[in-house]
Amino acid sequence: MPTKRIRLIEIAHARSGDKGDAGNVGVIAREERYYPILVQQLTADAVKQHFEGICFGPVDRYELPNLGALNFILHNTLGGGGTVSLKNDAQGKTLSSAILRMEIDIDEALLSA
Amino acid sequence: MNKTIRIASGQGFWGDLIDAPYHQVTRGPVDYVMMDFLAEVTMSIMQKQKLRNPELGYARDLPGQLSRMLPHIVEKNIKVITNGGGVNPLACRDAIFREAEKQGIKGLKIGVVVGDDILENIDALLAQGIELRNMESGEAFSSIRDRIVSANVYFGAFPIVEALRQGAQIIITGRTTDTGLTLAPMIHEFGWAADDWDKLAAGTVAGHILECGGQSSGGNFLGDWKSVPDLAHIGFPIAEAHPDGTVYITKHENTGGLVSEATVKEQLLYEIGDPTEYITPDCIADFTSIRLQQDGENRVRVYDVKGRPLTPFYKVSASYHDGYSAIGTLTYAWPDALEKAQAADGILRTRLSDLGLEFEEIRSEFVGHNSCFGPLAYVPKEINEVVLRIGVRGKNKDHVARFGQELAPLILTGPPSVTGFAGGRPKPSDVIAYWPALMPKTAVTPQVIVEEN
Repeated sequence: MPTKRIRLIEIAHARSGDKGDAGNVGVIAREERYYPILVQQLTADAVKQHFEGICFGPVDRYELPNLGALNFILHNTLGGGGTVSLKNDAQGKTLSSAILRMEIDIDEALLSA
Repeated sequence: MNKTIRIASGQGFWGDLIDAPYHQVTRGPVDYVMMDFLAEVTMSIMQKQKLRNPELGYARDLPGQLSRMLPHIVEKNIKVITNGGGVNPLACRDAIFREAEKQGIKGLKIGVVVGDDILENIDALLAQGIELRNMESGEAFSSIRDRIVSANVYFGAFPIVEALRQGAQIIITGRTTDTGLTLAPMIHEFGWAADDWDKLAAGTVAGHILECGGQSSGGNFLGDWKSVPDLAHIGFPIAEAHPDGTVYITKHENTGGLVSEATVKEQLLYEIGDPTEYITPDCIADFTSIRLQQDGENRVRVYDVKGRPLTPFYKVSASYHDGYSAIGTLTYAWPDALEKAQAADGILRTRLSDLGLEFEEIRSEFVGHNSCFGPLAYVPKEINEVVLRIGVRGKNKDHVARFGQELAPLILTGPPSVTGFAGGRPKPSDVIAYWPALMPKTAVTPQVIVEEN
């Protein structure tokens, strides 16, 4: 089946925030049929690799099939966390946008369904 | 029992839209308004304010906000529940009583929940063998004991339920969980048992949806932000709660914003960890059980939520002094905006190093280029302007102050086309760090005080 390389933002949306020095990134499939793609391609390793140079700790992944969503915890990511961090985005609010830049492979048929 | 209650979100953080709770009580029917003011570090800011003035230490917006709401909530018998009491809920109550008296309102019952502030009892608790070890890093509390600024236990919904039972119309708490503010009226109105875990979890999930104000009714919505109508007049979310635990999230008619499955999903995923165990003092909610269904325009049904028994621990949120930091900015314009900003950063770092200044961290970001995306940022062909944002953090206040003096000289002694230094020298500010811990629930008891003016 022919596949197409797309940015995650085409099939998902997201929200992120802080939990101490960790960032939380929730990724939500725009359509139910895209959720299996997220499960398959957004592995903890793939997300860790995407955030190289931003996330300096492990990445935990949790599945919420009921919401068609994944939740990621990016440890050691916010420069010490909320009040300590010198980062402009000390609360990790834009990690949501950053994850949506990930490139993934998707069946063309699924995309146009 | 067909009774339903409408719980309105009036405030998502200290600094949120001032008029939002007023609009919630005037633009349509509600029974309760919950107002969340407390983030992890808010208590430390309030503790500092209380040190300077023993009459302060609460959300100072609150008495003014309630003053305007008072005639409406008295007339319509709307109850207001808030954790804006911070570290001085009794002083907050007195300020609200003064506002009531100014308006000639008598017989107003205000309930206060205290006992969460353990700053004064820390030594006694430690002596009892309660370790207050950092629950994330495992570090011993002794490493921060002499630098502690605030320490509070997170109470749940039940002290508020007791205040409601005693007839309080306004309930002011200190560090109560955000979700407890919404769960409490459901327990009170529907007579839910303290071990009816599914229902407590349902109310907790409703609380999580309401606790960030407009963030579940179209604010900060990444799904399709351009589709959200009239954010200028955003209606904050309202939970229409049913006795079986089903909740409908909606908002007042003729307000802006959007309540959809997608906006609610984004909020459900906000700042959670393991979704199967969302732990509160009242229960453990399983976010993987939540079902959502669009039920008409700006109306989403939330149902089938499952819960599990509570844990024997309260979470403690402490804060401590951890050195000083300062952050400054300079703006560089085309041509070579990014290269100039990078060169200026290099020059400044050399000067700081030559001076022998010591910092735990120096961080440089280039706003307009990479402050959000770091190494993920694309390098564009040309960039019109870029802001060098450089900050330092360290234990030595003099070193941090000297950094502040080294920034402005770059204007006349660094790369050209530089501006944006209107704010003056960046001054050292206290770094307050956060210390999460657990303690047995048996070690502290919430107290409920209900008084009438």
